[in-house]
Amino acid sequence: MSYEDWFREDRLPHIYCVGCGNGTVINCTLSAVDQIGWKREDTVFVSGIGCSSRAPGYILTDSLHTTHGRALAFATGVRMANKDLHVVVFTGDGDLAAIGGNHFIHACRRNIDITVVCMNNQIYGMTGGQGSPTTPSGAISTTTPYGSSEPPFDLCELAMAAGANYVSRWTSYHVKELTRAVLAGLETPGLSFIEALVQCPTNYGRRNKFRQVMDQVEYMRTHAMLLQKAHRLEEQGEPVPADTILVGEFARRNRPALGVRP
Amino acid sequence: MTRIEFMQGNTACAEGALAAGCRFFGGYPITPSTEVAEHMAIKLPKLGGVFIQMEDEIASMASIIGASWTGARAMTATSGPGFSLMMENIGFAVMTETPCVVVNIQRGGPSTGQPTMSGQGDMMQCRFGSHGDYSVIALCPASVQEMFELTVKAFNLADRYRVPVFLMGDEIVGHMRERIEIPDQVERWERRPLAPGELPFKAGPGLVPGFPQFGKGFGVHVTGLTHDERGYPCATSPSVHEELVMRLVAKVETARDEIADYEVVNPDAGQVFVTYGSPARTVQQVIHDRKESDVGHLRLKVVWPFPESALKKFRNARRFLVPEQNMGQIAREIERHTDCEVVPIPKLGGALHTPEELESYLEAGR
Ligand SMILES: Cc1ncc(C[n+]2csc(CCOP(=O)(O)OP(=O)(O)O)c2C)c(N)n1
Ligand code: SF4
Repeated sequence: MSYEDWFREDRLPHIYCVGCGNGTVINCTLSAVDQIGWKREDTVFVSGIGCSSRAPGYILTDSLHTTHGRALAFATGVRMANKDLHVVVFTGDGDLAAIGGNHFIHACRRNIDITVVCMNNQIYGMTGGQGSPTTPSGAISTTTPYGSSEPPFDLCELAMAAGANYVSRWTSYHVKELTRAVLAGLETPGLSFIEALVQCPTNYGRRNKFRQVMDQVEYMRTHAMLLQKAHRLEEQGEPVPADTILVGEFARRNRPALGVRP
Repeated sequence: MTRIEFMQGNTACAEGALAAGCRFFGGYPITPSTEVAEHMAIKLPKLGGVFIQMEDEIASMASIIGASWTGARAMTATSGPGFSLMMENIGFAVMTETPCVVVNIQRGGPSTGQPTMSGQGDMMQCRFGSHGDYSVIALCPASVQEMFELTVKAFNLADRYRVPVFLMGDEIVGHMRERIEIPDQVERWERRPLAPGELPFKAGPGLVPGFPQFGKGFGVHVTGLTHDERGYPCATSPSVHEELVMRLVAKVETARDEIADYEVVNPDAGQVFVTYGSPARTVQQVIHDRKESDVGHLRLKVVWPFPESALKKFRNARRFLVPEQNMGQIAREIERHTDCEVVPIPKLGGALHTPEELESYLEAGR
């Protein structure tokens, strides 16, 4: 099998804009699901609302496209009611961290056996580019026309503090690393949180000096720094630039988890 | 062997759910419904089921929908403020045709209102509270026995019509203790599974599609967006939307008489009380105390879809008297279906109507 065997081809064309990073994350996730050897009939994709949350509609498994922000609460019901099913959640930064923030921290606290893949485009894509809880300070959105004045969330720090067993961050540039991270997430019992920074040329890039799709991908490439390297720099007393995107594995641990297959 | 017990209404509701085969409960504590959750927390794990206390009512409603798609009979219980929070996901359950049971042990509102006092102020919210057009089923128990029986029935109706079904109790039935008979076995109407070759959202018998349970290889996409018969989003087609929503409404509305469940007392009477839930008890007392059988009583166990034909059972009716623990929510519904005089008898604050109060309305109409 290959990840292509998981695509629901009769739904094409998809709704994503040209150059959107979400497709890359879907491919990486399906590659990981394929590599771990899960069967289509045992796997359920769940999502909330947003561009990112449309992903399950393009996958051949059973899938549940729910209400804005609530994907993890629905997924909790699926997982707890049938522990033979594998559950993967696709979500966006607004979906997960704004309207769904409370469900997010409680799913991490319960450490429920679900893999969460967040496509973080740092903006509300589907509704036309409003600010989200991860919009960087100073960035332009339709609701922060003078630059965002609120500090953003670090979703990985949040997931770790709340109790998730596996936490990692990559970008849509890091295809291999991202695939490996999702695979590690699928393999880890408990809640796995994988944050994937993605380019959104339509609503983020256009307003924030990334005129071409590749400009934003290039930015992610050049500003990404492995966690280990950042720690090394800190130990050596060297500053880590403020606009660094820390990537890598933030947590892999074995806390008691909920909904783990017996 | 039927078991005879002395039990609280909320406990009886939980027992009914267990007897019906409920194996998933997601909830959040709120007075006066909490005993339902507490009893489920004790019993479900022993039966191999799942009890989970979610972070709020939005999550509770979401969790039972998720559980239902794996084939489980799933339930939540709440009261007014929690019910309000559930509304968006209740609409999702309607749109996705997810069988589930929502128990609302009503208290006085609006807002936090009267947590420990009885009310029936959520009858319209249960019918119309979520956005868009839809139709649902609501049952109203008037005794501890009915808390058990109607909970069982709620699961059966939910599975049969693939809609959220509401058990709209009130604080009085929820908290009162009465003798109850618990049968060994209860009747069960299961969901009809999706047949080979059948589309997952195409009307089957009774306008209800077959159920494509998760994990059975159907590969179904379930979305709250307007969808075609395959389940694929199709949100901008006027005809697809119209056809879908009209079917969702029609599958419940056309089954009105099948779903109807009511009790008729003294069908020849000129003055007829119409009740649901606890106010029925006062009417029963009034009728019990009278020497003549000149007062009728229509006691509704199903309020939605409204069983309009039940009113016709009272051939000589001149007046329908409607005692409710709200300002006349169902009285107004009755007005829509009859030319007779309809007299709302509202009571707020949490206490039941007294027999004397009801007598005075009878006197006035003599
Ligand atoms: C209760 C509710 N509020 C608001 C919306 C409107 N809405 C749809 S998508 C969206 C934002 C999605 O942003 P994000 O989660 O970041 O996903 P993206 O589209 O960027 O992938 C919002 C606010 C909604 N559908 N439901
Ligand atoms: S708006 Fe942004 S996130 Fe949404 S599809 Fe277009 S590029 Fe992707």
